[in-house]
Amino acid sequence: MSLEVQQVLTLAGKEFRDRLRNRWVLAVALVFTVFSLVITYFGGASQGQVGPRSIEVTIASLVSLVIYLVPLIALLLGFDSVVGERERGSLDLLLALPITRLELLLGKYLGLAAALTLSTLAGFALVAVLLYQQFSWAGLYHYLGFVLSSALLGLAFLSLALLLSVLARDRTRASGLAIALWFGFVLVFDLLLLGLLVASGGAITGPLGGEALAYVLLLNPADLYRILNVFSLDEVRSLYGLASIVPPALANPWLMGAAMLGWILGPLALASWRFDKS
Amino acid sequence: MTSDSTSIDGDAAIRLRGVSKRYGALTAVDGVDLAVPRGQLLGLIGHNGAGKSTLFKMMLGLIRPSAGQILVNGSDVGGRDFRAARRSIGYLPENLVLYDNLTALETLQFFARLKGAPAAQCAPLLEQVGLHSAAQRAVREFSKGMRQRLGFAQALLGAPRVLFLDEPTTGLDPTAIREFYAVLNQLRAQGVTLVITSHILAELQARVDRLAIMANGRVQAQGSVSELREQLQLPLQVSLAAAPAEHPALREGLRALGSLRFVEAEGRLTFSCPRPAKMALLGALAPLAARLQDVQIHEPTLEDMFFGLREAV
Repeated sequence: MSLEVQQVLTLAGKEFRDRLRNRWVLAVALVFTVFSLVITYFGGASQGQVGPRSIEVTIASLVSLVIYLVPLIALLLGFDSVVGERERGSLDLLLALPITRLELLLGKYLGLAAALTLSTLAGFALVAVLLYQQFSWAGLYHYLGFVLSSALLGLAFLSLALLLSVLARDRTRASGLAIALWFGFVLVFDLLLLGLLVASGGAITGPLGGEALAYVLLLNPADLYRILNVFSLDEVRSLYGLASIVPPALANPWLMGAAMLGWILGPLALASWRFDKS
Repeated sequence: MTSDSTSIDGDAAIRLRGVSKRYGALTAVDGVDLAVPRGQLLGLIGHNGAGKSTLFKMMLGLIRPSAGQILVNGSDVGGRDFRAARRSIGYLPENLVLYDNLTALETLQFFARLKGAPAAQCAPLLEQVGLHSAAQRAVREFSKGMRQRLGFAQALLGAPRVLFLDEPTTGLDPTAIREFYAVLNQLRAQGVTLVITSHILAELQARVDRLAIMANGRVQAQGSVSELREQLQLPLQVSLAAAPAEHPALREGLRALGSLRFVEAEGRLTFSCPRPAKMALLGALAPLAARLQDVQIHEPTLEDMFFGLREAV
């Protein structure tokens, strides 16, 4: 079946306008603005300083905020998108129109993605201005990388949210799954990995031994995001003390970018496949 | 409004042949054959779980049948030409909740774009369903009846040739229901074919051209109301008003009709008369006319037929 771009854009446009109108975009942008300003100014307070000290420390502090906040916001934005329409009875109506299920899914995703990306970009814009004043273009270059990867992180979790919205039988289950997914990727995954390392005394052998364990990080978009930001910055790399255990291949931003793209397209493709079968 | 069943195949807007839907061991719809002639209104009735919704969704192309063929306007709604097929179909789902954030006009414009219908249709359609003055109001402020009207306007976008309406009169007051059926009659006169479900059987009885009664995934009976009466052979209810002193004579005069079970109440003598004996009944009543104050003969209602059929199944 062919894909009609016009249908996708109509659906995306409605989703996007919905989030603008109910002030979702504004609210999320404000949350990001407030948090990023506070962190930029007071992130170095434990070292006895106030204000943006170095671009790298600022980004490292912001990363630890974004890694919790963005996945949560993306999951909350998307979990309802398909299952909500199903519960309201409007999904049958949409599907009885001259549109395909793929067009419906893509339209939903693109509209929500536009809203999420806009609020992310707007939310971190003010700090960009501050950093530009202090560090000029050199500092801004790294910061733009951070903002871009934050947007990608959001898109990956939005894709996961759509997948669970297709899979879940009702909204309650979908919201439960969303929270579970957030816990799993943002908290439990790293803890398990760390536990595994410590328990084995760093001496894991076999297929998961040595450097191979580091590649397991590719299975988590939140870790991908962390690596993307941490390894583009020398000072931060030593700060985290990670340089010794992570193989150089993972320091390649293009490879990491490609892996992130996989996390955006993969769940979406799976959702589309599942949606077609339902 | 009755139609000749033998001529249906030639010009059927909706045609189902041997349509079944199985979910594992469960058979939701079982070998349904159905034909709706162009420009007719078909009432689809059945208790909850009879397979109505599944059949509805298959006719709309939302679910693929496990077996059989469905043609709407001569084409397969789930097939290659599904876009063209769906542009000629209007659908109002049961218990539809529309988007709270949009106004009535925006809602219609959104669906018009998806359906490829001209945006210029939206305002006149709102007028047609009586929502003209609420066009700029958000749907969240709408009453149940207003939402239902908006849903109906949505179904009419793109001047569809076939309309599927699932419980369309839920939440409408009696006046609105009259107006609703007046619009349906206009559409029918323009050759639009309609399929409608309702739990309110009395509402359908006088308004549909044909009925299909579903139970256990099958269409147990179909035809016009009078055809169904013939098929089901439900008895007539006869009520005679006469002075109590005349009752023995009346019973005696009706003896020729066979053993009837009489009930006497409030000066009336009531009994069921088998359909084939209808003419014999009239013949037997004529000589008794002088003894009678009033005669009422009730044809079985749709409700009688529906429950009669359920007992038979």
